[in-house]
Amino acid sequence: MKRLIQLKVNDEIYEVAVHPHRTLLEVLREELDLTGTKRACNVGDCGSCTVILEGKPVVSCLTLAVEADRKDILTVEGLAQDGEMHPLQKSFVERGAVQCGFCTPGMLMSAKALLDENPNSVEDEVRTAIAGNLCRCTGYVKIVEAILAVSQQGG
Amino acid sequence: MRLPKFEYLDPKTIEEACSLLSQHGDKARLIAGGTDLLIIMKHKEVTPEYLVGLKGIPNLDSIDADAEGVRIGALATLRSIGDSAVVRERFPFLADIAGKMATHQIRNMGTIGGNICNAAPSADTAPSLICLGAKAKIVGPKKERIVAVEEFFTGPGETVLKAGEMLTEIQVPNQPAHTGGAYLRLTRLSVDLAVVGVAALVTLEGKGGLCKEARIALGAVAPTPIRAKKAEGVITGKKIENGLIEEAAQIASEEARPITDVRGSAPYRTDIVRVLTKRAIRQALEQAK
Repeated sequence: MKRLIQLKVNDEIYEVAVHPHRTLLEVLREELDLTGTKRACNVGDCGSCTVILEGKPVVSCLTLAVEADRKDILTVEGLAQDGEMHPLQKSFVERGAVQCGFCTPGMLMSAKALLDENPNSVEDEVRTAIAGNLCRCTGYVKIVEAILAVSQQGG
Repeated sequence: MRLPKFEYLDPKTIEEACSLLSQHGDKARLIAGGTDLLIIMKHKEVTPEYLVGLKGIPNLDSIDADAEGVRIGALATLRSIGDSAVVRERFPFLADIAGKMATHQIRNMGTIGGNICNAAPSADTAPSLICLGAKAKIVGPKKERIVAVEEFFTGPGETVLKAGEMLTEIQVPNQPAHTGGAYLRLTRLSVDLAVVGVAALVTLEGKGGLCKEARIALGAVAPTPIRAKKAEGVITGKKIENGLIEEAAQIASEEARPITDVRGSAPYRTDIVRVLTKRAIRQALEQAK
């Protein structure tokens, strides 16, 4: 049986009727057309589907949409403000940290959650924060540099 | 790969959750963080008709401390345990592993109750809880009972929980003065399951004194997490010195009953038990001094 749930995504309220077996990832992509959040491993290993739920990064592929009812969700589409990229997005572009681009949304969300909590994170903390985000291009160095550059500006 | 269909039930009290479990029997499963259950459901290894969600039950995720010890609610996330000031102060090695298991995202989701009830032989919180003498509070439709975490596991994925029962709390008793503990594990990657995990806890008779009590627990080397009691016996009542540590470590490795799987062979695991036990006793001893 479908349930009517209310998701607050990027400060917009969406009311959707969903079956309980739908994941938050599926509902974001397929019902709300927010396809910035990527599906890759689909079992919580790769971090491509990372979103920020109530201030904390989680994998949306293992989150039931019904359990996100009335929760505050931030996806990659919510990073830019008034047509301006978020400092993390700018830094990724400037430093070539976007490679094939598939892990990028998840990396950005993990980085955003880290800097929200600790705007002056050091390299170890950055690496720990993105340990759950796999980059198959394997170019972690530029990603770490891009996050650190924003961190040095105090988030 | 999508989840099979199920009905979602969201009780507001523990009593209601137990009654739903009793009513639906084998057709129902509890879901806490979902980071183990939803994966095996996607693989269609289990296909419950009902999922009983626990997130709507108030205070099931609380961490409360008193003069006896710390009570950790079954829904407390690994992250919240790792960050908890009182857990870090009283049981630093437990906080340390809770803050290191898996990934940042999974630690925000996965719970201590889920880690214990999933009953993987490699469950990373189990060896430390066993060494600390932690107890599991189990609530059923009619009564409550308390079971030592050491006695909670009956096989891979199997526990003492009976129909209609749920784990609600892990109770960790305060430790005597001059107690130190450590949990060490070998993983292929930092985010991976343990190939071997070893926890050691040592209580000394005063600073630098004899070992009054020792506990050693092994993970991922038997059908359940186990105590290495013969190894404990080697150092108990003695002044812990290098020769004894070597002997205890060797005996712990003989107590392990590992299997060969994708993460490591049985002989390799056996030897890693020896190495990690040695290091864990040394670290626990340092902490106890």
